[in-house]
Amino acid sequence: MTSRFHSVRLIEDKCRGCTNCLKHCPTEAIRVYDKRAHIIDERCIDCGECIRICDYHAKVAQTDTLEDIKRFPHPVALPAPTLYGQFRHLTDISVIYEALLSLGFKEVADVARGADVVTLAIRRALRDPQRPRPLISSACPTITRIIQVRYPALIPNIINLRQPMEVAAQIARRDYASKHGVAPEDIGIFFITPCAAKMTSIRSPIGHAKSAVDGAISILEIYGHIAPLVGKIKPAGKVPEFSPFGMGWAGSGGELDAAAPRNSIAVDGIDNVIRVLEEMDNNTITGFDYFEGSACLGGCVGGPLNFENNYLARNTIQTIQDAMPKTQPEQLVRSAELARDSLYFDQEIPPNDSMKLHESIAGAIERMEEMNRIIEELPGYDCGSCGSPTCRSFAEDIVRGNSSEHDCIYILKDTLKVMAQKMVDISKTKRE
Amino acid sequence: MVHAEYDIQKGAYNSAGEASADIKRKLQQLGISPVTLRRVAVSSYEMEMNIIIHSLGGTMGLCVDKDWITLSSKDQGPGIEDVELAMSEGYSTADDDARSMGFGAGMGLPNMKRNADDFRITSQLGEGTQITITFKVM
Repeated sequence: MTSRFHSVRLIEDKCRGCTNCLKHCPTEAIRVYDKRAHIIDERCIDCGECIRICDYHAKVAQTDTLEDIKRFPHPVALPAPTLYGQFRHLTDISVIYEALLSLGFKEVADVARGADVVTLAIRRALRDPQRPRPLISSACPTITRIIQVRYPALIPNIINLRQPMEVAAQIARRDYASKHGVAPEDIGIFFITPCAAKMTSIRSPIGHAKSAVDGAISILEIYGHIAPLVGKIKPAGKVPEFSPFGMGWAGSGGELDAAAPRNSIAVDGIDNVIRVLEEMDNNTITGFDYFEGSACLGGCVGGPLNFENNYLARNTIQTIQDAMPKTQPEQLVRSAELARDSLYFDQEIPPNDSMKLHESIAGAIERMEEMNRIIEELPGYDCGSCGSPTCRSFAEDIVRGNSSEHDCIYILKDTLKVMAQKMVDISKTKRE
Repeated sequence: MVHAEYDIQKGAYNSAGEASADIKRKLQQLGISPVTLRRVAVSSYEMEMNIIIHSLGGTMGLCVDKDWITLSSKDQGPGIEDVELAMSEGYSTADDDARSMGFGAGMGLPNMKRNADDFRITSQLGEGTQITITFKVM
């Protein structure tokens, strides 16, 4: 098992060692010991549930800061469409363009433009009867990761397209380089992100070796800088280079609206997605064409690094969409963009076998037998006091050599009772 | 050898799929390959639903050693009148309740047989049905 990069981090001083995050992690990737939470790196899928649930704000996403854009002579901001949903009553997004430029970015390029390209590529894939059904969206990296960990048999269904963020970054770099005659490597593309998972997929992409994005800054940070400016800026009137459909990808179902409006399903919220993937994995829901899954409730507008709550953000986005010219993606996307190899994956998506108990099946069987014996001894309260999320996962931690039975306070109590009785018995012995 | 047994109640749609999900999780922890895992998962779900929909209740068992995965089910009746007919695709005795939930397409038993390396079924009217299916660990 190789340790891998993920961007959810713990601020040790703030962690109280409670069991909130422990209980909410969908891949059981958190353990609490030495009075604080620890993340099992290879299991973390960066869904951000622990960031949301922590009352003490001890879980954070490691992202770049505005300072980091100075590493490049030509920094370009790449806002997720979700950014526009943060500002109530915003109707003209060129206000946000101006605000971003005032922070030191030389250019603003929209992820929604990449979404328009990906939209057309999905439509094309859906016309190919050779492709497996349903095709699964690759836009939310957390969904791709949960499939790697829990539903590896569904990996072939994941559509082999890079995320809109990647495609938009490629276009932005090419356009900026040719427009200003600068070297592509002097351009720094910074995604303005609603979530931790996107940061992770920049550092360790799935399906391709290198990301076209150079860094990610959280929407929360950007919001703090530009919220005070928004009321004071006059709209520059720059017309967006994307369709309202590209914008709609910010919310759950937006991808379907754009690319696969019929006979497809959109599911949001990691628990809901797991429920549906489980059925898909059992082959019990068949006969539909496309599956869009978002780890966050509401889609990207529900990302943990947003300021605005997802319901209002969704409404703001809808208002902006309604005010846009009713263009279709195919009217805006240059055909050259669809012909590029860099739109597609060039690597296989490997399964993630971090749930495996042992390298060999025989060894794993032995460990599971031991686990089952231990589970019999445990109280079954799933209280989390031992630092594992459930009694079953505690038994797993014991056989993996990471916990001992006396970390269970009920076993400890029983052992102490026996010991106390023994001491009483010993004290009653007559002979000195 | 890993053993597990699950009680499956008649008509227990509220917990449908839980035994199969647990079986799948166990096999994943054992490091069974995704391809084999898929075959077992599809079969175990069919097996579980068969008990819920068609039987008066029963049990399901999992047994794994380093070479074989065995799934078995045993129910308390009512038994299948004509096993050969029940094995043909599209044949189903599911009631309207089950059909309204999307079950009862008559694919359950043939599906299990197709996915398994070995499939055995015995049934006695008035007594019950026993199924044993085996998968080779690849």
